[in-house]
Amino acid sequence: MTLDNIKPGQSGVISSIGGQGLLRRRLLDMGLTPNTCVKVRKVAPMGDPIELSLRSYVLTIRKDEAAKIELKEVFDV
Amino acid sequence: MSVIALAGNQNSGKTTLYNKLTGSNQHVGNFPGVTIEKKEGQLKKHKDISIVDLPGIYSLSPYTMEEVVTRDFLLKKKPDLILNIVDATNIERNLYLTLQLMELSIPMVIALNMMDEVTASGNSIDVKKLSSHLGIPVVPISASKDEGIPELIDIVIRSIKENSSPKKHDFCFGEVHKAIHSISHLIADQAENAGYPPRFAATKLVEGDEPTFKSLEITENQKHIIEHVVKDMEEALETDREAALADMRYCYIEKICSESVVKKQETKEQQRSEKFDKILTHKYFGIPIFLGIMFFVFWMTFSVIGAPLQEFLEVVITAFTETISNALIRIGVSDWVYSLVINGIFVGVGSVLSFLPIIVVLFLFLSLLEDSGYMARVAFLMDKLLRKIGLSGRSFVPMLIGFGCSVPAIMATRTLASERDRKMTIVLTPFMSCSAKLPIYGMITVAFFPDNAALVMIGLYATGIVVAVLSGLLLKNTIFKGEPVPFVMELPAYRIPSRKSVLIHMWGKAKDFIQKAFTIIFLASIVIWFLQGFNWSFDMVEDSSKSMLAYIGSMVSPIFKPLGFNDWRASTALITGLTAKEAVVSTLSVLTGAVTDVQLSEVLFKIFTPLSAFAFLVFVLLYMPCVAAFAATKRELGSLRYAVLTALYQTVTAYAVGTLVYQIGSLFSGG
Repeated sequence: MTLDNIKPGQSGVISSIGGQGLLRRRLLDMGLTPNTCVKVRKVAPMGDPIELSLRSYVLTIRKDEAAKIELKEVFDV
Repeated sequence: MSVIALAGNQNSGKTTLYNKLTGSNQHVGNFPGVTIEKKEGQLKKHKDISIVDLPGIYSLSPYTMEEVVTRDFLLKKKPDLILNIVDATNIERNLYLTLQLMELSIPMVIALNMMDEVTASGNSIDVKKLSSHLGIPVVPISASKDEGIPELIDIVIRSIKENSSPKKHDFCFGEVHKAIHSISHLIADQAENAGYPPRFAATKLVEGDEPTFKSLEITENQKHIIEHVVKDMEEALETDREAALADMRYCYIEKICSESVVKKQETKEQQRSEKFDKILTHKYFGIPIFLGIMFFVFWMTFSVIGAPLQEFLEVVITAFTETISNALIRIGVSDWVYSLVINGIFVGVGSVLSFLPIIVVLFLFLSLLEDSGYMARVAFLMDKLLRKIGLSGRSFVPMLIGFGCSVPAIMATRTLASERDRKMTIVLTPFMSCSAKLPIYGMITVAFFPDNAALVMIGLYATGIVVAVLSGLLLKNTIFKGEPVPFVMELPAYRIPSRKSVLIHMWGKAKDFIQKAFTIIFLASIVIWFLQGFNWSFDMVEDSSKSMLAYIGSMVSPIFKPLGFNDWRASTALITGLTAKEAVVSTLSVLTGAVTDVQLSEVLFKIFTPLSAFAFLVFVLLYMPCVAAFAATKRELGSLRYAVLTALYQTVTAYAVGTLVYQIGSLFSGG
């Protein structure tokens, strides 16, 4: 399961970050590291990007980027 | 003279703190070679200490220009102290940068900002514990409420005197620890020679940071050893080098936070933000609300507040011009001096200066939108649309402002995080039809399309947008190819903007603009005045049709034959339009000698056919913007060469589209 596939309101625990280079580095720097819990809060009106909440702040990334983030657990909280 | 570097994440309140520490006594410039703003000011009441405000960054990796600039500054300029501002409401992610800064072996103090919000929500941070974990002084402050600033200044000054750099580096453990230490021994001498702190260098080598490999002149042999050590680490941890280090830092942060931070609930500001976002980024209401807000800003800027102020300023300028004019006549200066001062400088600089109120008002609103946190939501709402032409949501705002005036629009590209997005936005924004072009559309449509005025106007605006989109696609696949900067953006909590920050920001923009009016526009006005008022024997002419400008105009005019008009008056008007687009109208009126609108229409019918008149309007819409906008382009692109190329691109596009319009139109209308 990847992060772009879960619904707003659901949360997940990250297992790994795919992709490479700048994008991957940026995701890691922003705290999207393995074992971090991320909640999808919202999808933008035109369907992309999405709004995440993690490490007590709010982050927005595009679905393409979210597709690179692999989750190991998904739950509805 | 001691130098303090102020470093921290975006949205951590860095600018507010900087303004509190320096007052309005600041110098704004650029870092060498890039258009990233460098602000420098003196610490209040301490003239021997200067503070450099570094770009807001999240990490010291060398991927964005901001990160590179910050790294270079810290490594090469070696400030006496790093003042690291940390947002206490978002401490984990903020400390990620802190851990990297600590490796630089520069004395450091942490300003733990927004502590008031943390305590007001019943959460707490044990500052003493945090400080002893990190081995760095930590001072709780609230920059916006002015709390803790004197204490912060005391500790900063004491730390500069003590000059002791952070000792604690052991936030790594296990395999990463092993790798960093073995590499650190291997390259210690080279790091010293290159002026890199060994620990920082070793970490960066483990991370695979190219600039560090180069700066330290790592030999092939050493590289081999390093890669071997890293490979062992990667295998043991079952992950790659970049993830391993990011993970290590965050694990350490989680550990110290678990001991010093008590978080029972989200802060009031965070809860409030979530409520605001329920409406402001709502699935159906989000975009209409945004358009409503932009409409309001435009309406206020261009009609309610801006226009009366502009009229007022024009009255003041006119009165001042008259006073000078009378004085010049009284002391009996020669005709050409009088004409130079009044018709050249005063008219030229004056007409540009009268834009000042609009710029100031627009920037007032923009900085309110930016500082409140709403601008990030605009990017969130609009990203999908702009992504199609290779930009991100952030470019939407400058483009919208472009419909008002290209000058503040180009200046507003400063808010874009990526250099590539910024350049592309600067090139595309002038295609948005600015308000100064309206009088030209008005004049031509009244004469040629009185029954279809609205349709022609809408057609022109739409043409501008279509050309911008097509240009965006073209540029994306040619000059601005390459990896687009990923859209990974923080949505900061909504906050009430600080009055002081907004005022300082406005004053900065106003100063910029005034400076430009008295330098580049001053010179341009003199040149145009000279060309318009003299013939080739440098004698003054009464009738501007005998001037050099008219001559140049008639030389240029055959070029416009494919667009359907070949008249020196039209081409001269296009040239004077470079000073300000309104000048196209005044030049056409002057050169045609028409007094009434009816007369003007009659003459215009001799110059244009309806079709060529439309081609002329399309050219006016798209060709290079006025000098003021050109000057802004030059400043924001940081290079005259690129500004000239941009202007050329716009003019060539205008010519091509104008020709297409006329030639295709002729096929249907039979010429």
